[in-house]
Amino acid sequence: MSGVRVLVGTRKGAFVLTADGTRRDWKVDGPHFGGWEVYHVNASPADPDRLYASQSGGWFGQLIQRSDDGGRTWEPVGNDFTYAGDVGEHLWYDGTPRPWEFKRIWHLEPSRTDPDTVYAGGEDAALYRSTDGGREWRELTGLRTHESGPRWQPGAGGMCLHTIILDPVHEGRIYVAISAAGAFRSDDAGQTWRPINRGLVSGQIPDPDAEVGHCVHRLAMHPSRPDVLFMQKHWDVMRSDDGGGQWREISGDLPTDFGFPIAVHAHEPETVYVVPITSDSEHYVPDGRLRVYRSRSGGDEWEALSEGLPQRHCYVNVLRDAMAVDTLEDCGVYFGTTGGQVYCSSDAGDSWAPIVRDLPAVLSVEVQALP
Amino acid sequence: MIRVVLPAHLKNLARVYGEVEVDVAGEVTQRRVLDALEESYPMLRGTLRDRSTGRRRSFVRFYACEEDLSNDSPDAPLPAPVAAGHEPLLIVGAMAGG
Repeated sequence: MSGVRVLVGTRKGAFVLTADGTRRDWKVDGPHFGGWEVYHVNASPADPDRLYASQSGGWFGQLIQRSDDGGRTWEPVGNDFTYAGDVGEHLWYDGTPRPWEFKRIWHLEPSRTDPDTVYAGGEDAALYRSTDGGREWRELTGLRTHESGPRWQPGAGGMCLHTIILDPVHEGRIYVAISAAGAFRSDDAGQTWRPINRGLVSGQIPDPDAEVGHCVHRLAMHPSRPDVLFMQKHWDVMRSDDGGGQWREISGDLPTDFGFPIAVHAHEPETVYVVPITSDSEHYVPDGRLRVYRSRSGGDEWEALSEGLPQRHCYVNVLRDAMAVDTLEDCGVYFGTTGGQVYCSSDAGDSWAPIVRDLPAVLSVEVQALP
Repeated sequence: MIRVVLPAHLKNLARVYGEVEVDVAGEVTQRRVLDALEESYPMLRGTLRDRSTGRRRSFVRFYACEEDLSNDSPDAPLPAPVAAGHEPLLIVGAMAGG
């Protein structure tokens, strides 16, 4: 591998950070789409120069940008995210029915094999797919029209479909997660779906172990172990060993199990990273200290990683899509903060250094290992 | 030719500088100007009017001749100086946000 490219979405634009394999000296390119919210930038595993970006804003709505040269130039592609068929209703914050209303795309997940196929997760929650490089989008309606849909309710951040995992082994299997509906799985390429929330317990909903209604913040999977899923829930870090059939809590000795991102080491399927924050009412790291927590046992036992991270007067958060790992031999771990810092560890979390310190609030971080 | 001034973000998106000009056949209305604008600059689709409802996005304003036309019917005739190309239709991002 010759280097890495880190794709950063922020409240005010996108940035592309590149370095060679040592990951010490960084080139910072951006902002792209300055002034716009960029919820996510992601790359095609099948073509490293094919990037997709979700660009949105309160004034002018949603755009999707595509790059065919690794982020040097961009072209706006399709932005028609229409709900197909009967729009239907979900629950609003006050418990009354409310029609689905498109607001933005939170997450873009390119196919592992086809650069022109990409999935998009929307708010209000819906899953879309494009097979022509983002020009046209079709909703996979089986998810939104699931019989539980009328009982879905937004979390504080909106009713967003924020996680899409394309199973690399089981043909046609897709996982998604929605705040605050929960996790869902399809085994037929997105045509039909079932909730996979058994074992989740959420004290914030009337029936704590309901089939839907859980505020799942993020799912993660190691591609070599596709039946093992990790979850950062509103509160609780969870694990499933059977593709979401059953979950068990692995928060163990974490100082707090509230958080947003969760990631798995590129080469060690039992090594997991989270960034605990204080609580649901205090969205910043505990004790003014920024610490990533790593478990090398698939959960339950966690160690604090703090070398190179601020250990006083730090009150940032790390959002759900703002952590990523690279696939270099020494696995790199990256995350971005609401304070605009992007940190890199080139030794699997043992030590950290900032790549940049003063970007706008970071919404998402992805990384590519470049050939 | 109808003269249109876009907000800065949309000038960047459409890769234009200064005013843009569009041809409108028949009566010059807000809807026809926006249709012509989107025809010439397809990347603007969805940025001024909601994709599903066709309604003006909440934080988009239409001004001309020192009047706020934002809440006029999209099929109402635009002021004569705009239709004649003497004055531009100003598309403005509302004052909002941080």
